Amino acid sequence: MLSFAQILISGILTGALYALVGIGLTIIFGVMRVINFAHGELLMVGMYISFFAATLLGLDPYVSLLIVAPALFVIGVLIQRYLINPVLKAPEFNQILVTLGVGLVLTNSAQLLFTADYRQVRTAYSSLTWGGNLAISVPYTVSFLLALAITAALYVFLMRTDLGKAMRATAQDREAARLMGINVERVSMVAFGIGAAAAGAAGTLLMPVYYLFPAVGEPFTLKAFVVVVLGGMGSVIGATFGGLILGAVEAIGSLYASTGYKDAYGFVIFLLILILKPSGLFGRSRV
Amino acid sequence: MAVDRGTPNAEATAAERAGEPLLTVEAVDAFYGDAQALWGVTLKVGPGEVVALIGANGAGKTTTLRVISGLMRPEAGSVTMLGRRLDRLSPHEIVEAGVAQVPEGRRLFPLMTVRENLEMGAYGRQARARRRETMDDVFAMFPVLKERREQLAGTLSGGEQQMVAIGRGLMARPRLLMFDEPSLGLAPKLVRGIFETVTAIRDTGVAVLLVEQNVPQSLAICDRAFVLENGRTTLSGTGRELLANERVKTAYMGL
Ligand SMILES: Nc1ncnc2c1ncn2[C@@H]1O[C@H](COP(=O)(O)OP(=O)(O)O)[C@@H](O)[C@H]1O
Ligand SMILES: [Mg+2]
Repeated sequence: MLSFAQILISGILTGALYALVGIGLTIIFGVMRVINFAHGELLMVGMYISFFAATLLGLDPYVSLLIVAPALFVIGVLIQRYLINPVLKAPEFNQILVTLGVGLVLTNSAQLLFTADYRQVRTAYSSLTWGGNLAISVPYTVSFLLALAITAALYVFLMRTDLGKAMRATAQDREAARLMGINVERVSMVAFGIGAAAAGAAGTLLMPVYYLFPAVGEPFTLKAFVVVVLGGMGSVIGATFGGLILGAVEAIGSLYASTGYKDAYGFVIFLLILILKPSGLFGRSRV
Repeated sequence: MAVDRGTPNAEATAAERAGEPLLTVEAVDAFYGDAQALWGVTLKVGPGEVVALIGANGAGKTTTLRVISGLMRPEAGSVTMLGRRLDRLSPHEIVEAGVAQVPEGRRLFPLMTVRENLEMGAYGRQARARRRETMDDVFAMFPVLKERREQLAGTLSGGEQQMVAIGRGLMARPRLLMFDEPSLGLAPKLVRGIFETVTAIRDTGVAVLLVEQNVPQSLAICDRAFVLENGRTTLSGTGRELLANERVKTAYMGL
């Protein structure tokens, strides 16, 4: 029998990955006011890159972060520049169609190129545990710590660097940012690049413990929404806590109710937040 | 404020020696969708001048400043700065060329501190290199901002927010600073402070294009003024001339 503590810990460890996916979505939303419906698919792309880095180059999934994050950054920049930027002033519906379309193209391309097969990277540490009776997964723990480190780095970037501050300024008032001499088109590309890199990084961190197939990203787009709404649209700090909360709720839900409805618990919180506190649990924060 | 504006480039000095205006807006037409807002708007600002742009609500004053800042492209006409066309440039390039704006309604970044707001004002390459020094100048002009530098801009009083907005404009080290209704919503005592600030900024060698509701005070401190009516520049002259103009008196000063 699994203990409550064990379940809660594993939920929170997973939650850090949800947080990272959500942070990517919330940065993109904050700066562009565009909801990226292709977010989970970017995570999927990151997983495939990590998978092939492991099988073709023999790279450890954690090491492949160094390839995946820059690759997804470039993909994000290109998506912003050639697909999102042209529709930024178009009605919201057109923007939704564009990001949905990007997601579909990515999923179908993956299916065409790599087939619908389930794939996995087995590492020497995939089934290691620590913590005695609690039997906490080692790779989940490593992924959790790396996700927190990436989150902390993003926080420092947004708070301390000129480019990070320009992203916050653009998110708060795009036109005023232009009047300050900020090249908001460039800032937007960087924001989409970082958002995509965060999704890809989360996918990579899942690699040692998860399996991979072309549609693997779909539930992650939904989870990212829940995380972002939970934490307050556009708030990185909010998304961080939102992710941890979602992870914990899913785990506890599976313990007391059923694992089969795991993905539904997030939606229950999602609806509750939308009804009770639409600005998110953490309100307006600086990042 | 320290007066040193750095070394202007060779082209600029030549143009200035020739007595060319700093900024020229020539026959500008501008639209919001299909609705025309400006019809052949023409105005000039000389180096170091205060020029007032006055007109009723909806006359097109804000639109004129938006065109100059590059937030809107004119359908016809031109905007030039010392002989260089600005109207094909992006807003950030226009800031780099030396034209900054203190926008209507202040438009601060509410969730950023006073210091961060000021830093954003000096985002361009040239301004960023001298950010520290310029910020000291701004703090010397508005000592209360130095005390409040780590406070979020959204939590300041209206008067303090306007100081941040003006300070943020100065951070760009512009040659021309445009103000869009800086005294709007401020208590009378603070309004006087705004006009004193505008004059002080002019005294550092920065030209000012001032859009104000407060017509008598604007005409009193400006070197020249232009009147906008329904999107057209209909009158211009020195501040003194327009103060004496019957039409201006009845339409804008309630006399
Ligand atoms: N965003 C906008 N969309 C459509 N029309 C606008 C917009 N902003 C201003 N206008 C119109 O353009 C004209 C000039 O407005 P504006 O430049 O704001 O005047 P002012 O600053 O002199 O009060 C007005 O008729 C106004 O209704
Ligand atoms: Mg106006």
